[in-house]
Amino acid sequence: MSEHYYDEKDLAKFGNIGEFQKELGDRFFAYYGEVFKDSELSAREKSLIALAVAHAVQCPYCIDAYSTDAYEKGWSEAQMMEAVHVAAAIRGGASLVHGVQMMNKVKKIAM
Amino acid sequence: MKSLKAQHHSLADARAQLAILAYGQDGSTIPISFRDKLAQSQSYPLKPGQIDTLQINIGKMCNQTCKHCHVDAGPDRKEIMTAETMQQCLDVLRQHEQLTVVDITGGAPEMNPNFRWFVEQLTRLDKQVIVRCNLTIIVANKKYTDLPDFYRKHRVEVVSSLPFYAQDRTDRQRGDGVFDASIRALQLLNRIGYGKEGSGLKLNLVYNPSGAFLPSGQTALEKSYKEVLRQRFSIEFNELFVITNMPISRFLDYLLMSGNYESYMEKLIHAYNPAAAANVMCRNTLSVGWDGYLYDCDFNQMLELKVNCESQHIREFNDQMLKEREIVVENHCYGCTAGSGSSCGGTIA
Repeated sequence: MSEHYYDEKDLAKFGNIGEFQKELGDRFFAYYGEVFKDSELSAREKSLIALAVAHAVQCPYCIDAYSTDAYEKGWSEAQMMEAVHVAAAIRGGASLVHGVQMMNKVKKIAM
Repeated sequence: MKSLKAQHHSLADARAQLAILAYGQDGSTIPISFRDKLAQSQSYPLKPGQIDTLQINIGKMCNQTCKHCHVDAGPDRKEIMTAETMQQCLDVLRQHEQLTVVDITGGAPEMNPNFRWFVEQLTRLDKQVIVRCNLTIIVANKKYTDLPDFYRKHRVEVVSSLPFYAQDRTDRQRGDGVFDASIRALQLLNRIGYGKEGSGLKLNLVYNPSGAFLPSGQTALEKSYKEVLRQRFSIEFNELFVITNMPISRFLDYLLMSGNYESYMEKLIHAYNPAAAANVMCRNTLSVGWDGYLYDCDFNQMLELKVNCESQHIREFNDQMLKEREIVVENHCYGCTAGSGSSCGGTIA
């Protein structure tokens, strides 16, 4: 076992996931490959979405991969940071919007 | 910024570069050598196909000192091709009809005092002439401002580096003010028809990554370049050539200093593409150094790896020997075979 839960070298081993369950691994990577192809959205646009989602789910492997990928695909530092702010705003908003639930409850029980 | 040579930097010595490419920074060998990788895909030894292009480096002198330059070019470099060596190139080109393309590079080739004479002679030989123009030279000094007209008169194909369509990334790689000067030069070229549809005057741009990463797809990048340059600067061009940075000279220095060398080499090796290996430009191009020596490519030239046959100088050009030679490969060659591959004309697979 590695000394840390996360090891950056493990990113390169992602493709070995099929070692324990080949069929599902193969299906996942085939699906993954299709998702990121140019289609209604370009591969370039999808890369920036992936970067934002990577921050929302706080996956260090995904952040590593899509920071490189988005920069390679020509997104600027400012554009990439704006995408991260979108993730942060949605995450923050997701917490804050539950405040309505809190308000509803308090209003119901308060005199 | 001074060239590595002027700094007396250890990497100014080609042998030091080759040692790092073979043994890494810490003496650990590369996971798999380029030769072995070629052998795995039944491509070793690498042999030439039909040689139709002579890429001639007429000097290391340049008005810029780019951080990634594989030539280690700059204002402090004095090595330039003489008229005598140019004449030897012309003699070979006259005698070999199959050499239809002449690709002139540098440094800034325009800084060679015999540049214009050389292009005029090439035009008389009816060769397709490409000049790798760094753009800023056109606006660097009054004596160069008529270059666009000179190019047009001789139907020269202009190929120019513009590492990105935004100022910050371009200037970080090529120096302060380079982006703005390049835009002005592109507008001058456009004004006389270069890059315009139907003019027959070709203006191609070159993208190379401004950092330790690989280029993404040529088609998508070309689309972005065209959109942004047209919208922001009313600039038109023909094609975008996407090129991978070779881990040699100043880019190698950058990789080592930034701690990116090992991971960059891993990326290149991981992205090895046998289809790109089959189409590498050294199979149809010969490179001539400023002093007339022959190389498999401009990168081998900078690593001082001469062609592997007795015909090692332009004055003793022997078509048959050169055709039968084995192309010299070392680990920097991974740069040409990664992903969609890389050549002076962009992707190859």
